[in-house]
Amino acid sequence: MDLTTIWFLLIAVLFTGYFILEGFDFGVGMLLPVLGRDDRERRVLINTIGPVWDGNEVWLITAGGAMFAAFPEWYATLFSGFYLPLLLILLALIARGVAFEYRHKRPEASWKRRWDTAIIIGSLLPAILWGVAFANILRGVPLDADHEYVGGLLDLLNPYALLGGATTLALFLTHGAVFLALKTTGDIRERAGALAVRLGAGAAVLAVAFLTWTLDIRSSAAAVVLAVGAALALLGAVAAARVRREGWAFTGTAVAIGLAVATLFAALFPNVLPSTLDAAGTLTATNAASTPYTLKIMTWVAVIFTPVVLAYQGWTYWVFRKRIGVANIPQH
Amino acid sequence: MVGGCQVDALDVARWQFGVTTVYHFLFVPLTIGLSVLVAILQTMWHRTGNERYLKLTKFYGKLFLINFAMGVVTGIVQEFQFGMNWSDYSRFVGDIFGAPLAIEALVAFFLESTFIGLWIFGWDRLPKRAHLASIWAAAIGTNLSAYFILAANSFMQNPVGYRINPDSGRAELTDFPAVLTNKVALITFPHTLAGSFLVAGSLIVAVGLWHVIRNRDSADTGAYRFATKFGSWVVLIASAAVLFTGDIQGKIMTDVQPMKMAAAEGLYTTESPASFSVLTIGSLDGSREVFALKIPYLLSYLGTGDPNGTVHGIDDLQAQYATQYGAGSYTPIIPVTYWSFRFMIAFGLAAGAIALLVLWTQRKGRTPSSKWLLRAGLAMPVLPLLANSFGWIFTEMGRQPWIVFGEMLTRNGVSRSVSLAEVLTSFTAFTLIYATLAVIEVKLLLRYAKAGVPDVSEQPPTDDADDAERPLAFAY
Ligand code: HDD
Ligand code: HEM
Ligand code: HEM
Repeated sequence: MDLTTIWFLLIAVLFTGYFILEGFDFGVGMLLPVLGRDDRERRVLINTIGPVWDGNEVWLITAGGAMFAAFPEWYATLFSGFYLPLLLILLALIARGVAFEYRHKRPEASWKRRWDTAIIIGSLLPAILWGVAFANILRGVPLDADHEYVGGLLDLLNPYALLGGATTLALFLTHGAVFLALKTTGDIRERAGALAVRLGAGAAVLAVAFLTWTLDIRSSAAAVVLAVGAALALLGAVAAARVRREGWAFTGTAVAIGLAVATLFAALFPNVLPSTLDAAGTLTATNAASTPYTLKIMTWVAVIFTPVVLAYQGWTYWVFRKRIGVANIPQH
Repeated sequence: MVGGCQVDALDVARWQFGVTTVYHFLFVPLTIGLSVLVAILQTMWHRTGNERYLKLTKFYGKLFLINFAMGVVTGIVQEFQFGMNWSDYSRFVGDIFGAPLAIEALVAFFLESTFIGLWIFGWDRLPKRAHLASIWAAAIGTNLSAYFILAANSFMQNPVGYRINPDSGRAELTDFPAVLTNKVALITFPHTLAGSFLVAGSLIVAVGLWHVIRNRDSADTGAYRFATKFGSWVVLIASAAVLFTGDIQGKIMTDVQPMKMAAAEGLYTTESPASFSVLTIGSLDGSREVFALKIPYLLSYLGTGDPNGTVHGIDDLQAQYATQYGAGSYTPIIPVTYWSFRFMIAFGLAAGAIALLVLWTQRKGRTPSSKWLLRAGLAMPVLPLLANSFGWIFTEMGRQPWIVFGEMLTRNGVSRSVSLAEVLTSFTAFTLIYATLAVIEVKLLLRYAKAGVPDVSEQPPTDDADDAERPLAFAY
């Protein structure tokens, strides 16, 4: 396998990891008003992701950095082209990150309410916009022969992309509910479990529609297999959630999200950003790539450090494996 | 796109980069310095078992975390801003510049973000030693991250280890170790760390001193006095380090970017020996000098290490660059470079002077009480923060008109596909959200600084096999 293919795979892995991990903490953030009926309950929800959300977000930072290093043209065209959606995502991530840290720092109810809003909107916007962005990457956007984006904002808001946004929204909501059922005790756990089943059914419908449309736009044998896998995993997750097998349900949604993202990348390959205008504008894993020397160095770095990162991040989840409930929340 | 419009988008993009980066760098020095200092305090508690150090660890640890959150969220903007506003720059240098950025995320950011989480929430979940190791891992990650990003920045100041591909016109990496051991990076890193410890030490002093003077009857006076002295020593050592490394940096800068040194001094004609202008009032285009205070030989020494060395003037360098790179202005905005260089030095060293004063007034167990000392102490953290900002403004503005020195002009690096309206939207949005958050963060810092050290008499047990109802030692 040549280095550009390896890096295409690695970028896919980084984004897959990002969506699996931050997917549930977006979900938890969005479910704050639904599952957290009072302040203590909301604190239970937030604390399930408290120790890990920043580490999850670094998957995105790493994916961005890796894209810059391995496919500078892709990084440059994508983020200048998807300017406003990316701006909204960044603003959302700012508000949400600060909110987690600052929410409990003052006792006033109004203070907490404001930060709750920041968490909810800060989770909701990226949950939708990532879907819109990735759908557009797959569908292709107007790029001129210099690989410059020549479309407007409205080009990004096509029906397929909006369906993509609805799909990621539903998937992350389900993933979050399943995660909460797995990580909490008592009443919250019950409600999260019941909600997960309903959300999961909706997510399954949207995901099947979206993946079918995806394969209609661009396809490969691998993409079809992955898409079918994603749908099955999601159905499995819903079934497991129904019978309260929370560990399996969470595995199911995680696998479903992972395979859905993988489907997009498999359908996309070897392109990284197709042009809807002139084929010469299309960015591929080859014409967007860095030199072999850079890719070789980056490969070594990735080979050495990725397992280390996975090991200590995994360990963090082990350390904080206990369920929490209202009783565990200190008075202040 | 129309030419005139393009210029405007460029201006806004530059303002946006300046504002968001200076803002990011208000939080970064505290994160870099305080992570290590809190780790040291916790280690002292671990070693001695003295509760005073535990209290200080938790107290300054809280201030550290309030600040850390802002460093994290403003950093994300930085990561994507190159692609958003500077896409032609990203295309040009991506082969080289992206690698340190990606390595920073993989090697440093994962380390610090994961272990910070373990540290914050791990007080009752981890064995004591593992918990201590967590804060050290986070501190190491933080300091490592500074290295990689500074190596990336140093490439822009002094490009090394690359070639220009004649077909694509892009810079390509040929020697990665050379990029990481760029002589500019090797000296910028310790200088920036020293500047960061200056900020962190100053914060410790300011908060400690406030409690020593205003909170006299507190049972924790001993802890605050210790903190004040500890912080003062950190500041003094950091001041010495900043001077020492700054001196070397000046020489390297004169070597690789002579125009920047000339601009720092507003030195128009080549001089040997050259004197350092402490303060010049007059027109900075060099035509008229009203008042000047100069130290003879100092500039020659600063720039070359030899009191009689030659320092090149702006006019000569401008003429030389015009022949080398083609017609155009290669001179940065002189008043900005001249004053930012001086402010960096003056504000930073003022913090060192106050630290000396603080130590002096506490000598042999004395308790300081002066209102003026308190005011000076409270000003302390602001001074090195300003010094850091001015230092960066100097470095980055002094590089202009280049975005990559000698290789790419800033105006050629901007995104062509991004409209003025879009950049204005993002600039306004970031400025507004940043301004709001600044007010909130400062208020919180003050609130928690005033609240004083926490009560630590009840230590949570650190075993795992206990009742499920126990409150968490820490929860959001
Ligand atoms: C508290 C902060 C602080 C203090 C007291 C100083 N500096 Fe500094 N300086 C910085 C914080 C800083 C900085 C913000 O960290 C910079 C910006 C880029 C860099 O490398 O460090 C910087 C840049 C910087 C540069 C520009 C390097 C370049 O662009 O290539 C020079 C030549 C110096 N410094 C020299 C000095 C000297 C001679 C000082 C004292 C006598 C001094 N600095 C005090
Ligand atoms: C180490 C990482 C850094 C990198 C990679 C970096 C890179 C850049 C880039 C790409 C620009 C825009 C193009 C230009 O105007 O030249 C810029 C400008 C600027 N940066 Fe930096 N920068 C870094 C650190 C900093 C820091 C820490 C500060 C301040 C605290 C800073 C202050 C500025 C300012 C004020 C400008 C605007 C200069 C101008 O356009 O005239 N930079 N930098
Ligand atoms: C302009 C270039 C810069 C970029 C692209 C950048 C990127 C980032 C990112 C993505 C984060 C968030 C990390 C997280 O989520 O944990 C961050 C935070 C941080 N950055 Fe920057 N940064 C820049 C400038 C600088 C400079 C000049 C330094 C130091 C010399 C620095 C040091 C740090 C530190 C210590 C943090 C603290 C919080 C953390 O790492 O999590 N950064 N930066």
